[in-house]
Amino acid sequence: MTRTAYTNARLIDPSTSMDVRGTLIESNGKIVAVGADVMPAPDDTIVECGDRILCPGFIDMRAHSVDHHAALAGGITTVILQPDQHTLLDNDAAVERIRQRSSETGSVHVLPMGTATKAMAGEEIAEIGRMQLSGAVAFTDCRKPVSNALVLRRLFEYAGYFNALIVQFAQDKDLAAGGFAHEGEIATRLGLNGIPAIAEAIQIERDARIAELTGARLHIALLSSKVGVDAVRAAKAKGVRITASTAPHYLQLNDNAVEGYRTFAKFSPPLRSEEDRLALIEGLADGTIDCLVSDHDPQSQDVKRLPYAQAAAGMVGFETLLALTLAPVHAGNIDLMTALRALTSAPADILGLSSGTLKVGAPADLTVLDHEKPWRIKTDAFLSAAKNSPFDTLPVQGKVWKTIVSGILKYDATHSVKD
Amino acid sequence: MSNDTRNQSPYPRAEVSPPSGSIFPYQHLLGLYGMDPTAIKHILDLADTYADQNRSRHKKTDVCSGLTQINLFFENSTRTLMSFEIAGKRLGMDTISMSTGTSSIKKGETLLDTAATLNAMHPDVLVMRHADSGAVKLLSEKMDCPVINAGDGRSEHPTQALLDALTIRKRKGQIHGQIIAISGDVAHSRVARSNIYLLNAMGARVRLVAPPTLLPKDVDQLGVEVFTNMEDGLKDADVVMMLRLQQERMQGAFLPSLREYYHFWGLTRDKLASARDDVLVMHPGPMNRGVEIASDVADDLDRSAIEEQVEMGVAVRMACLDILTRPLREEAHS
Repeated sequence: MTRTAYTNARLIDPSTSMDVRGTLIESNGKIVAVGADVMPAPDDTIVECGDRILCPGFIDMRAHSVDHHAALAGGITTVILQPDQHTLLDNDAAVERIRQRSSETGSVHVLPMGTATKAMAGEEIAEIGRMQLSGAVAFTDCRKPVSNALVLRRLFEYAGYFNALIVQFAQDKDLAAGGFAHEGEIATRLGLNGIPAIAEAIQIERDARIAELTGARLHIALLSSKVGVDAVRAAKAKGVRITASTAPHYLQLNDNAVEGYRTFAKFSPPLRSEEDRLALIEGLADGTIDCLVSDHDPQSQDVKRLPYAQAAAGMVGFETLLALTLAPVHAGNIDLMTALRALTSAPADILGLSSGTLKVGAPADLTVLDHEKPWRIKTDAFLSAAKNSPFDTLPVQGKVWKTIVSGILKYDATHSVKD
Repeated sequence: MSNDTRNQSPYPRAEVSPPSGSIFPYQHLLGLYGMDPTAIKHILDLADTYADQNRSRHKKTDVCSGLTQINLFFENSTRTLMSFEIAGKRLGMDTISMSTGTSSIKKGETLLDTAATLNAMHPDVLVMRHADSGAVKLLSEKMDCPVINAGDGRSEHPTQALLDALTIRKRKGQIHGQIIAISGDVAHSRVARSNIYLLNAMGARVRLVAPPTLLPKDVDQLGVEVFTNMEDGLKDADVVMMLRLQQERMQGAFLPSLREYYHFWGLTRDKLASARDDVLVMHPGPMNRGVEIASDVADDLDRSAIEEQVEMGVAVRMACLDILTRPLREEAHS
């Protein structure tokens, strides 16, 4: 039986708050030993980590496309796929197909979410039980939150039987109607239709009440505003089973990035004010926000290079996930353990996955990274099929060195021609 | 080897030309936000001379003869399109106008492809109107020639604000220090935005008067005083600029009814009484009589400048076309 020993690593495991220098030994796709005192056996293949951080492989809880190579280059070992695929993932066969293709490829683990309602129409509950049996890890209507309170109540009650997680995109559809920019001075000046921040808070507050009534598990995807963070914090304090995520680009940019009608900074929800950005960082620091997601959404130039109102929202996020997550760490606003937890054990706990930890017996899904390495984002060098990112030429710190999926080395920066 | 010198310009796509000490250092006229007051004054001064010329027997010059002007309108317009066409013709340009009905945007062509196509025809100036904010700027990035924004979404309509400014200057002597109330559908108005930027740059005191549903969020941060009550907003005003109320706004439930709007925000003699006696009444047209403005106010020759605005429109557009094509013409002479 071959064993690989990752020696001289800074072992960080957010699931146990471990941060020690030592060795991790992998065998047969599982972690068999980890710690400061672990010594490799003579036959072990040695991977000398040179004091780099070795942590659980990243679990990206929100991606709209699989993009294997880009994910691996971003240190991601598990991609949670949104159900808004070419064939909508609203039935067990569609979910099954994704799982099967993932295991055949033997690359990044792809775990799909199913839709919460049939055809994401927000009217009838989708086949949550059958999709769960086929491998759906959670249920969401993507960017169309279930808005009918009665449907949502029944959905929550029904999902409770399966202990299924419902993910809601927090945006009241009526308040947000026709809008695509943060409602404020910049949108007013540029003449863009705004979405008020309270559209997020109102959806969260209502959903949290229904979750409280039904005891359901609710996850809020992509927080963007201070009032949204406050709403999640208040619901958590009341004991509602609620968790939340945001994407690191909301921690990095505010709505100034939209100036000049820059469609590459058009996201849904929109980038909000500086006050909102700071509140999101605070929310991540105090645990109100559990995870960070890439919201990876490749879009071609054709749908991005359009007048702002017509342009598609979204950005490619896999390859910049780590560097953007580390930005508030290097700025001293978040500690390293919290940042890495948001990419590993936090999503694993929410989704009930066995990965996201360095505990013995866990799958050897690992990321080795150089958290201080300075580099400059070059979208041309992205492995992703699309290059839509507002971060081209941005100097950042922190780069993935190796990505290991089920014990097998899948990405190695030293061999990457495009590094 | 190409003999086309324009393609060899080191700044073919820059919005701002290299520092040259030029009084008008802009390649395009996309908007008035951030424009240097000196440059604004430069346009108005030249427009003044064109205004005189337009009243004379010899309206036409040949300063721009041989140049090609394309008017590309993705949104219906009669007066702005005609005004630009007349302006171009009076400068001796060959003008070609296209509007949505005849353009291939209906056949699914993207804006940038349209830009590439037009650019290949080597126009010397492009005038464009589009329903989306920022669309004209996007197109300008792909054009080698100067681009004039004739209105984009609810973003800017610079030549309208310039003609308003010229009208005020002619009637009031100066813009600086005037109390100017802009009233009506501010939220959806590009005219309001361009006027706010220009009038603030020229030192006027700008007020906005509108029902709360037609005021965009944080608009006070643009440097204006905001009023919802007509009498308060018009008090001691030197100029009242009315905005057109788009009928389609009624569908969005911004207002309960036209008659209620007229009662509270329509410009009537009674409401105008709180303004200065010599108040100037303006409207970018086309007017909805009995909706945003009463007929007797609109037709009051002493106060209404509505027809003069149209007249100044041609002069201002001649000035803009002249100034923007000047580097090109100077290049040809040297």
